[in-house]
Amino acid sequence: MSQLDTVEIAAKTPDDEQPWAELGLKDDEYLRIRDILGRRPTTAELAMYSVMWSEHCSYKSSKVHLRQFGDLPKSEALLVGIGENAGVVDVGDGYAVTFKVESHNHPSYVEPYQGAATGVGGIVRDILTMGARPVAVMDSLRFGPADALDTARVLPGVVAGVGGYGNCLGLPNIGGELLFDATYAGNPLVNALCVGVMKHEDVRLAKAEGVGNKVILFGARTGGDGIGGVSVLASETFDDEGPAKRPSVQVGDPFTEKLLIEACLEIFGQDLVTGIQDLGGAGLSCATSELASAGTGGMHVDLDAVPLRDSTLTPAEILMSESQERMCAIVEPAKVDDFLAVCRKWDVLATVIGEVTEGDRLTVDWHGERIIDVPPRTVAHEGPVYERPMQRPADLDDLQADDAANLPRPQTGAELQAQWLAVLSSPDGADKTWVTEQYDRYVRGNTVLAQPEDAGVVRIDEESNRGIALALDGNARFARLDPYAGAQLNLAEAYRNVAVSGATPLAVTNCLNFGSPEEPEVMWQFAEAVRGLADGCRELGLPVTGGNVSLYNQTGDVPINPTPVIGVLGVHEDVRTRIPGGWRADGETVLLLGETRPEFGGSAWASVVHGHLGGRPPRVDLAAERTLGELLAALGRDGLVTSAHDLADGGLAQTVAESALRHGVGARLRLDGDPFTALFSESAARAVVTTADAAAVRAAAEQAGVMVTELGTTGGDSLTVDGLLELGLAELRAAWTATLPALFGSPEVAVGSVPAGAVPTS
Amino acid sequence: MLTFPGSLDDVDAARAVRLAGGEPVALWHADHDLKDVDAVVLPGGFSYGDYLRAGAIAARAPLMQDVVERARQGMPVLGICNGFQVLCEAGLLPGALTRNRHLHFRNRDQVLVVERADTAWTGDYTDGQRIVIPVKNGEGRYVGSPADLDRLEGEGRVVFRYADGNPNGSSRDIAGVTSENGRVVGLMPHPEHAVEDLTGPSTDGLGFFTSVLKQVVTA
Repeated sequence: MSQLDTVEIAAKTPDDEQPWAELGLKDDEYLRIRDILGRRPTTAELAMYSVMWSEHCSYKSSKVHLRQFGDLPKSEALLVGIGENAGVVDVGDGYAVTFKVESHNHPSYVEPYQGAATGVGGIVRDILTMGARPVAVMDSLRFGPADALDTARVLPGVVAGVGGYGNCLGLPNIGGELLFDATYAGNPLVNALCVGVMKHEDVRLAKAEGVGNKVILFGARTGGDGIGGVSVLASETFDDEGPAKRPSVQVGDPFTEKLLIEACLEIFGQDLVTGIQDLGGAGLSCATSELASAGTGGMHVDLDAVPLRDSTLTPAEILMSESQERMCAIVEPAKVDDFLAVCRKWDVLATVIGEVTEGDRLTVDWHGERIIDVPPRTVAHEGPVYERPMQRPADLDDLQADDAANLPRPQTGAELQAQWLAVLSSPDGADKTWVTEQYDRYVRGNTVLAQPEDAGVVRIDEESNRGIALALDGNARFARLDPYAGAQLNLAEAYRNVAVSGATPLAVTNCLNFGSPEEPEVMWQFAEAVRGLADGCRELGLPVTGGNVSLYNQTGDVPINPTPVIGVLGVHEDVRTRIPGGWRADGETVLLLGETRPEFGGSAWASVVHGHLGGRPPRVDLAAERTLGELLAALGRDGLVTSAHDLADGGLAQTVAESALRHGVGARLRLDGDPFTALFSESAARAVVTTADAAAVRAAAEQAGVMVTELGTTGGDSLTVDGLLELGLAELRAAWTATLPALFGSPEVAVGSVPAGAVPTS
Repeated sequence: MLTFPGSLDDVDAARAVRLAGGEPVALWHADHDLKDVDAVVLPGGFSYGDYLRAGAIAARAPLMQDVVERARQGMPVLGICNGFQVLCEAGLLPGALTRNRHLHFRNRDQVLVVERADTAWTGDYTDGQRIVIPVKNGEGRYVGSPADLDRLEGEGRVVFRYADGNPNGSSRDIAGVTSENGRVVGLMPHPEHAVEDLTGPSTDGLGFFTSVLKQVVTA
């Protein structure tokens, strides 16, 4: 368009054709914009509404369901709840912690390295925006079949992107997940978590208040990358016909983000801002409208002041650009000079681009002409809300009737052994060192536990040794079989993972990855998962501090398995009493806590050995989870156990193998009853502990009402099950560690090998 | 403790100095002020985003001119990871560090053999001692011409070698080297990440910092 489309022109030309459909708006949404403005929107206004009303920014399909999280009983620990960039939780001693997971699924499929890298960058800025110093990251990754050609394209790039960005920012990666399933082919999931720490009084909010206060844009220049990324990428399903979408993916520069972090923390320390917001999806459109909407409403921006990387950008493109490493602050006029001085010290570009104004309009000028004049609330917070039709999937009855308990089971010790190795060496069960050694877990020097531990544990105070624990879990097979129970099982697993470290669980976040909300069956899965999670949190007494929804995760007609990834945050009053996961010493008693039932629906065994998904997921028993968690916290505090590892995917077989391989300490075990059920059932609310004082652990468990089963004694260089089988640790380790290097390349061919966990520690 | 834009392990190195009984002093890359410190640690990280070449821009920072001058007069200087890269780029140590042979960033607990227990930073170790400290880098492969490497080994300037596996393809398993006078040491692995049982794979890294403290006290 050669002529600038101004508010004045728009008022005079009501019948001009506008490309609202191409921008992803529906007929009635476009009509509603015209209704709000009393005229047709300008090109820039149309761009702004289209990105802000996209599914990704407006949560228009999910909002009606997510309200359940806000209705949970108020928790004393919750300082800032849903609605801000991230929730804030009181962890004691005046410390507050903010944490959140966010998806960057679609960009990571299009351009794996940059998609994943900017996913990390985005979530780190969300945490920074709350006033916190980011202290750690985690990543939850899912890909198509491990041996698929496209997985070999996407996975190495995603891992390198997560590592490249996080390592360069100086944030330890303390854990996560890596899973494979055919439903993620063409639609990988890249969910990144960041956690930050601050003092209570340092919490910052995203709102623009105080008429005359300046709006400062700081960080990187604005370029042409990521334009329309939100609406084009996040809210459409990939199909074969679509145009190449690479230009919509943003490009990250972690060095600039590192400077931005240090500059922001110094700015917070000097108390130089009244409100702050990062620029993520929908860029400047989102930041300005959200700041104004959450504040008093009025803001004026002079778009000519925005520093550009590309001088040919149109005003609409500047407003929609998702160039990374940018933030927007509201600063009192008297503090502007100090603000700019801090930015100069850190070589961060900062520019005053507008100010907070009287009234409740957001206005934007370009070359002296008004191109935007809107009520910001209608852009940011009062977008469309849909009650999408829902329908229980037609195949669900058949799926649930196809009970995994009817599958052929191993009949001999040799068969049991072969299936044990198969589960352990499957891509889901195999050693993840190929991935995790590309991540820095040591930087900042406060990482107490990191992958492959069940939870990441970070010290937040070097004097008091107070710390936090975090886990991310999202079993999608269970959620496919029953999304209500599946969401609760994921909550239970993350809760349990935090608990086995000895921490007390405190709060919940989530990243809900589903298919297209326009499919009633997907919408039903989503609603059931949200209802399950809300009910589960109510029962555990935990608040949901925020979350992220990623819809349209499907390729053609095939949606992904519903994947509610749940994050649980816990607190350690003294991280020195944390419980690690691996077996270290000979002669200790191995105890199983919790009850094992014959539950195989959605299990790793059914999937790996039979390629089967059917039946019911394991029974949810959140009261038992809570009791187990409290018992583990007490055992850790009293120093009664030397290790703890939860039971989840792959059941006891996976757990004892991982525990033994961690430090190369085997065990002699005895399995009473049916050994197949003992090894492969995935009953929830269970953990394996080792102890030098079995009587004391037994007494504590009995008092808590937790079932205890003695499994055997640690020692030796094999895992032996009396009368059944003997698995040498060398054989186990070879099977466990070979899988990912065989699939994604073995750098060791060039430089010699050190088996994971084989390095002696003192 | 010299901080460049993009330095990451500066807080860790300061903690290590403190745990060894020293007093860490923060230095800023843009100042011409060494603040009368007795020794300098160049921490790990990605100074200036590792743009151009890792360490290349930091080597030309204003304060580095002072560091080079004082180092030539005998002040102990330790370069860890990115700091090692900076020392090579600044000409204080020989050789160069390039992309890991396998092209991946790699973080693991690494066995090192101490080959020189008489530098300013290794006095508390013994010759041939095996220590475990983390290594984590993407550009840690030490290279030099065969002739240069022969000379370096001939002069006994290899301080550490990788053992039980070479994490990045470094020539002759070299993990760290020293200056002719043994005052400047650079290595890729991170001793500052092995100073507490709680957070490290060992406390084997503490010896770097206790060694240099004895040096500056007796000097």
